[in-house]
Amino acid sequence: MTNYEKYLNVFVESFSVSADDAVNLEYQGIPEWDSVGHMGLVAAVEDTFDIMLDTDDIIDFSSFVKGKEILSKNYNIEF
Amino acid sequence: MSYEALLEIPPYSLEKEEKKKILTERLVELTKLHKEKCPEYRAILNSVDFDIDAVEDYEQLPFLPVRLFKELELKSIEKEGVVKTMTSSGTSGQSVSKIYLDRVTSSNQQKTMVKIVSDYTGTGRMPMVILDCPSVVKNRLMFSARGAGILGFSIFGSKKIYAFNDDMQLDTDGIKEFCEAYRGEKILLFGFTFMVWQHFYKELVRLKEKGIIFDLSNAILIHGGGWKKLVNEAVSQEEFKQRLKDVCGLDSIHDYYGMVEQTGCIYMQCECGHLHASIFSDVIIRKPEDFSICNKGEKGIIQVVSAIPESYPGHSLLTEDEGELLGEDDCPCGRKGKYFRIYGRLKNAEIRGCSDTYAAKFNE
Repeated sequence: MTNYEKYLNVFVESFSVSADDAVNLEYQGIPEWDSVGHMGLVAAVEDTFDIMLDTDDIIDFSSFVKGKEILSKNYNIEF
Repeated sequence: MSYEALLEIPPYSLEKEEKKKILTERLVELTKLHKEKCPEYRAILNSVDFDIDAVEDYEQLPFLPVRLFKELELKSIEKEGVVKTMTSSGTSGQSVSKIYLDRVTSSNQQKTMVKIVSDYTGTGRMPMVILDCPSVVKNRLMFSARGAGILGFSIFGSKKIYAFNDDMQLDTDGIKEFCEAYRGEKILLFGFTFMVWQHFYKELVRLKEKGIIFDLSNAILIHGGGWKKLVNEAVSQEEFKQRLKDVCGLDSIHDYYGMVEQTGCIYMQCECGHLHASIFSDVIIRKPEDFSICNKGEKGIIQVVSAIPESYPGHSLLTEDEGELLGEDDCPCGRKGKYFRIYGRLKNAEIRGCSDTYAAKFNE
């Protein structure tokens, strides 16, 4: 699986959404991605890529797109 | 100054005059915002003799009794903008405060809390033991103060474990394994004061008698939610700390003062045992007779102001807690701003606080 596929998969599984919907997701845009869901998402992202996010990055992780940007910029994950 | 800009300033770096300037400007803005957006708040301001343009110091701003959030649904946003409703902890039969949050306010609460707590724990995340049961965060639409506290602090946890099952029994094996797995790392413990005492400390004592000993000398405990029950049991803050240290080596213990009506702006206890106000908020101690401001060392009612609330008019509130200002800008720990102590709830006030409302059940 490519990193993009892995990343997409985290969203699909965490929030039970389709891949098409996942790419447009924003924090608090759906009931599942609330503050509880957010901590679950963070844990899943961390397990998948074997990283630990900084608190600032957890807070900034506000959408599918933004999260990808944070991972490539601050954690050297190539998409 | 925008809230984003405020967040860039280290939380305990401003001296009195600088803080006054920044906080007054922000709180005046918030007062105007809520006057415009919240009809009930506007009606209250209109009923008192108050000229917002004459305010030179945030001490002059009107304050709402915190109880009002139980009686009225106060919000400064449309229903559609509410992403989270938080409720205060209350014993059964009590009415609860409802606090309506939009995205901006909710996010600023979390950001602020991280800035404040990081000043004590460092910015790194740590393995975390939540001294509570998993069911507390179950209802995701209606957050209790207890759930909100746990969730807010969870951001500091790299790996997390709940210490109790839903019957509040300590998961001894789970904790043991967790501590083994992260031996040598700093572990964060978080919980509410009474639960820490009743379900954690007392259980550790019992286990120790059976020869099962936990070494938490590397851990940091953050706890809050009220001392009422422990005061009744005649457990002082000093004793709480000493006895926890004796039973498991826990040496870094920080109480905090905060309330659901001003989530985010918590007041953390420093190494010297003082509660500290950050640049994002402040406490003003007032005399019960006429609400004039108390001198240092004088006991009074605590007013709290917070620079965060945009979605509800809770930026200036009169609590039902008693406290005393100990000093300003000169705590030996080096943090600027006011430092103070809490004496607990005013007599005849309702029982509140995550720890105290839970503890009330133990009297029944």
